[in-house]
Amino acid sequence: MSLLEIRNLKVSIDAKSILRGISLKVGKGEVHAIMGPNGSGKSTLAQVIAGNESYEVEDGSEILFEGQSILDWSPEERAQRGIFVAFQYPVEIPGLSNLEFLQSAVNEKRKSRGESPIDLWDFEKMLREKMEEVGLNPDFVERSVNEGFSGGEKKRNEIVQMAILQPVLAVLDETDSGLDIDALKSVAEGVNKMRSPERGFLVITHYQRLLNYLKPDYVHVLYNGRIVKSGSFQLAIELEQRGYDWLKDEVVV
Amino acid sequence: MEEKLIDRDTKNEVDDSMLTIEEFVNKEYEYGWVAPIEEELFPKGLNEEIIRKISERKGEPEWMTEWRLNSYRLWLNMKEPRWANIRYDTPNFQDIRYFAAPKMRNKPQSVDDIEPEILMTFEKLGIPLEEQKRLLGIAVDAVLDSVSVATTHKEILSKFGIIFCSMSEAIREYPELVQRYLGSVVPPSDNFYAALNSAVFSDGSFVYVPKGVKCPMDLSTYFRINASETGQFERTLIIADEGAEVSYLEGCTAPIRKENQLHAAVVELIAHKNAVIKYSTVQNWYAGDREGRGGIYNFVTKRGKCLGENSRISWTQVETGSAITWKYPSCILQGDNSVGEFYSVALTRNYQQADTGTKMIHIGRNTRSTIISKTISAGYSQNTYRGLVRVMPKAENARNYTQCDSLLMGNKCGAHTFPHLDVRNPTAQVEHEATTSKINEEQLFYCRSRGIKTENAISLVVNGFCKEVFEHLPMEFAVEATRLLSISLEGSVG
Ligand SMILES: Nc1ncnc2c1ncn2[C@@H]1O[C@H](COP(=O)(O)OP(=O)(O)OP(=O)(O)O)[C@@H](O)[C@H]1O
Ligand SMILES: [Mg+2]
Repeated sequence: MSLLEIRNLKVSIDAKSILRGISLKVGKGEVHAIMGPNGSGKSTLAQVIAGNESYEVEDGSEILFEGQSILDWSPEERAQRGIFVAFQYPVEIPGLSNLEFLQSAVNEKRKSRGESPIDLWDFEKMLREKMEEVGLNPDFVERSVNEGFSGGEKKRNEIVQMAILQPVLAVLDETDSGLDIDALKSVAEGVNKMRSPERGFLVITHYQRLLNYLKPDYVHVLYNGRIVKSGSFQLAIELEQRGYDWLKDEVVV
Repeated sequence: MEEKLIDRDTKNEVDDSMLTIEEFVNKEYEYGWVAPIEEELFPKGLNEEIIRKISERKGEPEWMTEWRLNSYRLWLNMKEPRWANIRYDTPNFQDIRYFAAPKMRNKPQSVDDIEPEILMTFEKLGIPLEEQKRLLGIAVDAVLDSVSVATTHKEILSKFGIIFCSMSEAIREYPELVQRYLGSVVPPSDNFYAALNSAVFSDGSFVYVPKGVKCPMDLSTYFRINASETGQFERTLIIADEGAEVSYLEGCTAPIRKENQLHAAVVELIAHKNAVIKYSTVQNWYAGDREGRGGIYNFVTKRGKCLGENSRISWTQVETGSAITWKYPSCILQGDNSVGEFYSVALTRNYQQADTGTKMIHIGRNTRSTIISKTISAGYSQNTYRGLVRVMPKAENARNYTQCDSLLMGNKCGAHTFPHLDVRNPTAQVEHEATTSKINEEQLFYCRSRGIKTENAISLVVNGFCKEVFEHLPMEFAVEATRLLSISLEGSVG
């Protein structure tokens, strides 16, 4: 059984069709990369996996997580069961501290499993450590969620959240965009550290650089709402050299 | 004088097992129970005889009785104001009881003499009064219906020369102070409800902090309405002498009843030179049911005077209760360099109506004021911010900053902002910012995508919205405010 299995996923928004039948399997322990030109539907895929209700998932589509259909699950249920999406544009929440935010997230998950709330003292210590690991000032624990963060800081903050929530499936949507060289390295290290035979990753990116660190098992190209090519890490290198134009013909097929 | 056991028919026992079931059923308003306390009740209605009786019952001196009667005569010639953005039927002032007091065996000499039902009532509200159980670091004046039943930590406070007692006691024991300051900030003629309060006020708290003394603990009053068909008219007077500092907290709850109950309080603050008064309120009177039946009419006049130079008065309020809230805690900035602050969160839901805000009257030079108002409206409620910033001709270099943010939940509620400016000195700098927004779906989704349920996500986002106000509350109150907001928000969005 795959960790994640997507079957013939068709998604539209305001009657405009964006994903036109995607099928994809991510097994435990695997890292998959998704590449593709702007507007091809990569973030849409990430949002739909997270459960964003503003996208319409058409009948006949299916998303299975550990063999169970998740399309009827609320976003919170998906998160509690171990799905995590690092968003391309993380949202700012004024007045809500990172600490309070993540503490609530962790405690709700614990509650859903009948566990007692986490000790705030220990939790803050752990959060500070995770922040330092990705090069964020540990005082960011007290700052409002993403408010006034630089682009790169927001991305690092997503990785901190992933490290705290310890998901089974992590989808990273352009987490490498806007990062400086050191940050890219620490984000990649953050992901590599979490790799395990139990976890799967779906990494959306435009650049080979991150993939050099991650060495994905598979690379897929999303083009105009369809996966038009899949291959090994070698495909990423080819895309870096040739761009997407040569794949146009594949779309017609 | 009639005497009876109130609400004999409701079989509510002050008993822990009942409490849990009741709390469960009334999850929406957890303070809606009635305590089986034997009360002394005046007959309904208002006339000079009733006023004399109140005064007599409290053992007041002649000047106080006269003050009351003068106020009553003023009131008779006043009209109920109708300019606020609220709709309600005028209370029938002859159908209200103006005095209800829990019966006590003799005069309690110490807290140990107080009736167990009364102690139990406050304990259930989280305000233990007995010596061994008292809250540390916070002195409490407990007011039940028309009278103060206990004031804690008096002895410690008196070592600092601080007077903290019920208003009734202050009138008897410290007549010079009361005569000098009572009505000096809110005169009986100020408005309809202030005049009514001046005529019939039954109790409340009195605080005097002497020169140079920083009050070693927070002072607080807990107001509890228990009797039915009774109005609550309390009067609070706080004086901070030169260089004194005090932080005062006010909390309040009332039982669930299907008819409306009137609460018309007056609060006066006086800050002398270099003095600081912080006044915080968490207002949680019963708000009425989902259809808008019942609930407290909360018509309150609160005003502080920064009398001396460099003095500072700061109002922080969290308003979640009452069917109707109508109040404008204000500052008269008379002393040069004095500072007035108003931080407010008003949450309305179901059919609640709130018309609240502040007045900052700049009289002295270099006076500064800050106004931060956050309103949250849900259901069919109406929530209005109304403010006045007035800069008088002599107020050179006055500064004001006003920020009003409204958050709408759903599309059947209303948020309104009426900021009035009256600037009569060209050197004044007055800044105003206002925003109105719907609760942000992207923020909610972001929280949910991390495993936080919608209701908790709303509460986190709304609490974040209120952060700038909550920051000004003392610790225990900030925790209570956050909790209250979460409870009030349950089921507000759908
Ligand atoms: N909420 C929305 N309303 C209207 N159109 C949308 C919405 N969200 C996405 N789209 C459209 O769907 C298409 C796919 O968008 P998506 O964000 O998934 O692309 P992407 O592959 O992530 O692009 P990029 O590489 O630029 O991040 C685009 O044409 C976009 O304009
Ligand atoms: Mg994208």
